[in-house]
Amino acid sequence: MNNIFKKIKSFFLYEIFIGLFLTLKYIFKEKVTINYPYEKGPLSPRFRGEHALRRYPNGEERCIACKLCESICPAQAITIEAEARDDGSRRTTRYDIDMTKCIYCGLCEESCPVDAIVEGPNFEFATQTREELIYNKEKLLSNGDRWEQEIALNLKANAKYR
Amino acid sequence: MPTIIINDEKIEFKEGMNVLQACELAGIEIPRFCYHDRLSIAGNCRMCLVEMENSPKPIASCAMPATDGMKIKTNSKIVKDARHGVMEFLLINHPLDCPICDQGGECDLQDQAMYYGFDKSSYKENKRAVNNKYMGPLISTIMTRCIHCTRCVRFSTEIAGVDDLGLLGRGEKAEITTYLEKAMNSELSGNVIDLCPVGALTNKPYEFQARPWELKKTETIDVFDAVGSNIRVDSIGKKVLRVLPRINEDINEEWINDKTRFAIDGLQKQRLDKCYIKENERFQETSWKKALDRIILQINKTSSKNIMTLSGKLSDVETIFSTKMLFDNIGSNNYECRIDNVRIEPKARVSYTFNTGIARIEESDLILLIGTNPRWEASILNARIRKSYLNNNTRVALIGNKKDLTYDYEYLGNSLKILEDILNEKNDFSLLMKESKKPMIILGEAALARQDGNCVLNVCRKMCEKFSIVDKNWNGFNFLNSSISKIGALDIGFYNESFSADVQKNIDKFCSNKESVVFLLGVDEIDMDIFQNSFVVYIGHHGDRGAHRADVILPAPAYTEKDSLYVNLEGRILQAHQCHAPLGDAKEEWKIMKMLGDMLGANMKFKNLHELRELICLSNELFREINVLHKNKFSTFGISGEIIESPIVDVINNFYMTDPISRSSKTMAECTSDILKLNKDALIPND
Repeated sequence: MNNIFKKIKSFFLYEIFIGLFLTLKYIFKEKVTINYPYEKGPLSPRFRGEHALRRYPNGEERCIACKLCESICPAQAITIEAEARDDGSRRTTRYDIDMTKCIYCGLCEESCPVDAIVEGPNFEFATQTREELIYNKEKLLSNGDRWEQEIALNLKANAKYR
Repeated sequence: MPTIIINDEKIEFKEGMNVLQACELAGIEIPRFCYHDRLSIAGNCRMCLVEMENSPKPIASCAMPATDGMKIKTNSKIVKDARHGVMEFLLINHPLDCPICDQGGECDLQDQAMYYGFDKSSYKENKRAVNNKYMGPLISTIMTRCIHCTRCVRFSTEIAGVDDLGLLGRGEKAEITTYLEKAMNSELSGNVIDLCPVGALTNKPYEFQARPWELKKTETIDVFDAVGSNIRVDSIGKKVLRVLPRINEDINEEWINDKTRFAIDGLQKQRLDKCYIKENERFQETSWKKALDRIILQINKTSSKNIMTLSGKLSDVETIFSTKMLFDNIGSNNYECRIDNVRIEPKARVSYTFNTGIARIEESDLILLIGTNPRWEASILNARIRKSYLNNNTRVALIGNKKDLTYDYEYLGNSLKILEDILNEKNDFSLLMKESKKPMIILGEAALARQDGNCVLNVCRKMCEKFSIVDKNWNGFNFLNSSISKIGALDIGFYNESFSADVQKNIDKFCSNKESVVFLLGVDEIDMDIFQNSFVVYIGHHGDRGAHRADVILPAPAYTEKDSLYVNLEGRILQAHQCHAPLGDAKEEWKIMKMLGDMLGANMKFKNLHELRELICLSNELFREINVLHKNKFSTFGISGEIIESPIVDVINNFYMTDPISRSSKTMAECTSDILKLNKDALIPND
């Protein structure tokens, strides 16, 4: 008997219609894909993307060259050199991050006592060459300037959990 | 031996120890800020509180003498609470600026707050702020961080012997100050940086340069004076960032002088890192091969009798030995280390070493300084004399230029004739010499770098015999050498006996020969005009006077860049280690000599440093033992004759600039202008 039912089902293309029905159901549902370069998915405030060095609202750079991020970095991607600036304050003369070494663990951000180095929401920094991925202080500061608004909002949203 | 019970454990201790030291014997660490082994006890930080039986309150263990049968507890609740409390009080006014503080990572307060502190403070009021003080070009001050342990004040008054630092005010208004905002007038001032348990006094030239955890630490030897202080050199890559003392009770205890600590920035300036040949009065950069070929050409042009080599202030034993080997092999014995014309007797080791030993200065009860300024020629040794003066009531007398030596002394005059008077008992000082149990004579270079140097040496020897300055257990005859290379060179035999009568004149005579070839092993402190007719090869690391005169320059590593042996003023063999590879094309001197020897067909019997050291040991057994003080047999030395009546001329007239490294150092230049010039009346002799 079973054999006969199977034969009839396959003769009337039953499974094909079930499949087509499923497709038909999804036509009326909300789309899960997005039109990526023009549309973007939501990001958590804790997202760890491209690094940035922040400034205080008065334009003074935050980083004080304490070198905690350098020492905690498990990939040893950060290189810092420091000296006293003309006004006697402790500042970096060099702040490099090798983005090809970085494993985006976020420990630098966590160790920073002044919230200077942060991993911002930007993840679109692919480059043609490796050299471009060796970031210097200038690049990191300009990242900070560009993303400050988002970074500040993220830090604020995350503040009560830190 | 008396016993003390610490945490129910019986510990034997020596009479005179305090509770803190007894606890250390038991292997228990007591936290402390103000207490320091080598300073007097202040007892003002209260961090070392422990519980004592039958005492209603915890006691400060540093200030409490240990007594027999005392019962101490260091792990009870009372002690823990006391430490919490003290820590909280100390942190009330201490700023939370560890991330920008240079002490961060090696800070006593940071560490002890982690171990013994509390995680919260109940203090809600404003913290106090204190103005920074000016302490000269070496020490940077952030006085808000100060916890008033007064270690720096005690160091400067007790060990450095200058009353430049003090604590003014009480309670919250207490401040460490230099009173008049002037630089600390001491060659030992840098040690307050190490003593400061917090970041209030930090190293100014090293300010913000690095963190302690990223430095490569190498234990080595200082070469700026003949004391051979034990140091630790901290470097990153090919740059030396700072120098710290290493403890060696026999030599420097745990102090080093400011030149040792701060002249290292000179290692980056004016360096010779390439070979140069002088063509048409201009130096042309060249390769090792061309430079060596040029030298060989010149040597082949002349006979071996016309080749001479002179050793400079900073040459190590390997350099000197390999040079001597080369010269012996090519049949020339024209090598000389006595270029400063000091008339020492190279045959009698006792005549050119500091026989008493630096540590035993503390036993002496009478010291006669002759033509020397130990404060500048060997600051660490001067600190020992001061220690002896304070603890042992040692009487000090001086023949030479009047100067501030940081302790009181009897001034006998500025003429070496006085020595004859003392010998013939025409001077009152003879009586003191006779009565003294352990008298010392410290003879300086200035007293021997004269026409009558041999006679001065002779009179001193006679004094040793007459006043029993030398006996079985005590050798009070001391020669205070000021350069680290000299004694090593003499031990190797790097001198030409035919020059002995008057080294300078003989060198002059030698150089007047038009065919002469002269090798300078880092020689800069000599009149360069005498080489007018000679072909000069300079082997060294700094573009100083010698390099300017040279016809060929061969770059060599500085003292931090090679493994080498040195002999300090006591005749102690000291081993220095390489901190980083030599700069540029520089090669160790012994390698240069080996190359030259191979090109000249000389039999250089070594292939590597190990074999060279073995040869050195074979030539002189003394070199087998590192850091051992050898007893030298007292023998006759000196030549009898008339001492000339003429004032003594000091050998050093600027403590901060004595050699090519310190002359190229910016920090030392600042010291010269800020400390020396401003304190002229205090330091410059002949006021």
